[in-house]
Amino acid sequence: MNQPPPLLKVSGLTKSFGGVMAVSNVSFELKEGELLGIIGPNGSGKTTLVNLVTGFVKPNSGRIEFKGKKITGLAPYKIVSLGIARTFQMVRPFYQLPAFKNMIIPLYSPRVKKLAGGKYGDRDAVALDLLEEVGFERDAHVAYKVAGSLPQGYLKRLELAKAMALRPDLIIFDELFSGLSLAEVASIVPIIEKLRFQEITIIMIEHRLKELFRIADRVLVLNYGEKIADGPGKEVMESESVKKAYLGSETD
Amino acid sequence: MKKRKERIDRGIKARSEDIFALSSYREMLYLLVPRAIPVVGLLGVAPFLSPYWQEVFISTSIYALLAISWDLLISAGLVSLGQSLFYGIGSYIAGALNHYCGWSPLFTIPVAALGGGLLCTVLLLPVLRLRGIYFAMVMLVLPLMLSRLVEATRILGGTEGLPGLTPFPNQLIALYVVQLAVLAALFGFRRIMASDYGLVVKGINDNDRSVMSAGINIYLYKTQILFIGASVGSFAGALGTHIDMFAGMPGFALDYAIMPIAAAVVGGMRTFVGPMLGAFLLVPLSEILRALGALRIVFYGLFLVVFIVALPEGIFPYVQRKYHQLERWVELE
Ligand SMILES: Nc1ncnc2c1ncn2[C@@H]1O[C@H](COP(=O)(O)OP(=O)(O)OP(=O)(O)O)[C@@H](O)[C@H]1O
Ligand SMILES: [Mg+2]
Repeated sequence: MNQPPPLLKVSGLTKSFGGVMAVSNVSFELKEGELLGIIGPNGSGKTTLVNLVTGFVKPNSGRIEFKGKKITGLAPYKIVSLGIARTFQMVRPFYQLPAFKNMIIPLYSPRVKKLAGGKYGDRDAVALDLLEEVGFERDAHVAYKVAGSLPQGYLKRLELAKAMALRPDLIIFDELFSGLSLAEVASIVPIIEKLRFQEITIIMIEHRLKELFRIADRVLVLNYGEKIADGPGKEVMESESVKKAYLGSETD
Repeated sequence: MKKRKERIDRGIKARSEDIFALSSYREMLYLLVPRAIPVVGLLGVAPFLSPYWQEVFISTSIYALLAISWDLLISAGLVSLGQSLFYGIGSYIAGALNHYCGWSPLFTIPVAALGGGLLCTVLLLPVLRLRGIYFAMVMLVLPLMLSRLVEATRILGGTEGLPGLTPFPNQLIALYVVQLAVLAALFGFRRIMASDYGLVVKGINDNDRSVMSAGINIYLYKTQILFIGASVGSFAGALGTHIDMFAGMPGFALDYAIMPIAAAVVGGMRTFVGPMLGAFLLVPLSEILRALGALRIVFYGLFLVVFIVALPEGIFPYVQRKYHQLERWVELE
């Protein structure tokens, strides 16, 4: 049997800031349609790993391949045009603009224009459709409210919709659930499951382990920039090194 | 009994830029009048001015062009401390083409605008990645360097400059040309910034990482905005040089760098109207204050400070707010 090639292949990725090893010799592969969770204590290099894959930070060494093509060192906009979208840990929308106007920027990108064959119809209408998909109730006209007036749950969903607008093959969520109530998380999970149904590959950086393990196929654990475990959620949490990294402060 | 001011937005749907759901002549007037004011105010007043004030208005309009160009750059997060770079380069290109090749202003001015825009963009391309203050410093230094270069190498007439350039047929025509340019830049730039393209540009200023993650090449956009702004600035320089019948090192003078910023701050940044208003306030004021001799700068500076403290948002945003809101006193229990 022929194995399909991985969608994303990261090998020996290393990045240090001054003396701090933020990401150290990390390698992993991601199959098409998979949902990979990345966990690790604060400062373990999760966001840096996202920044490396999306081109916001250049690695000291190592190699990143996407769909068999080397993308190491490419500019962020080029990586997006190949099909990788991301969200940010800190959401910072245009606070003074209505939510749907916040969607215009990704809808204006060359990738969207190309996929839609020249013109992508009426951007405002597409923006409203996408926002409805992530739970901006159309009847309540939430999408017309200025972003600054919306609660955190909506801002995170706006961030999600902005990534979806790019019609990516791989989405990387950097702590999408952080700062949300249980109810808000529960309302976002079905949206993610729908993305999986559309065969979009997903990487989720999370601190909310319980919610993550419910949806992730596989979990990768970082500690001080190093990969210390990679496998199904349950197995990973049994492993000694992970227990130590997470519970170290309690058992010591 | 205590009273407090209550503010109410006028109930006119047509307030948003792209929904034109006008339901009456009153609403139409409400929209048209503010747009007609600059057109009538500039073009209509010109023939009634004395030759002296025509001259003042010409130089005011040239500063207004530089201020509007500055405002475009700031919308993309490019802080220009060197509008004099654009002015000087535009003026030298037009001057040289007229002086050495005998081209008519009809050709020198457009060529200087586009050529100057291109040259400035190429000069600044290597520093376009620098943010805020770093870009600003380079823009401050370039015109100073270029004027010393002209002095040292004696190219383009050296310190003497290029005199005897072709003037405009008469002063009124010159005034009309400059004013039309101001109006074109004003309405053109407001249109650009209200479009989806403008939204992307504002996004770059506000949160460039978020725009990058949307798959947009922010340097391409910054380059385009720089080119447009530099072209308008070079256009101003080319007009000014034919009006003065002279191109020379004063084209790189600090005045051309500072006045546009002062005008934008006083009038209200990122509105294009504001910088224009600011120029029409500050340049004539500085003319009137000439009578005070040496104290001129003191009063001028005082005026600026008082103004900025009293109206930090700028004239235009203040007026706009008043126009769109009804205010009334309501009684408090
Ligand atoms: N731009 C930077 N400059 C210097 N040091 C950095 C930079 N970005 C990250 N670091 C350092 O690299 C290490 C990893 O940081 P990173 O943000 O990747 O961790 P994280 O796992 O995302 O943490 P958290 O769970 O708090 O989000 C930290 O020690 C951090 O201080
Ligand atoms: Mg992080």
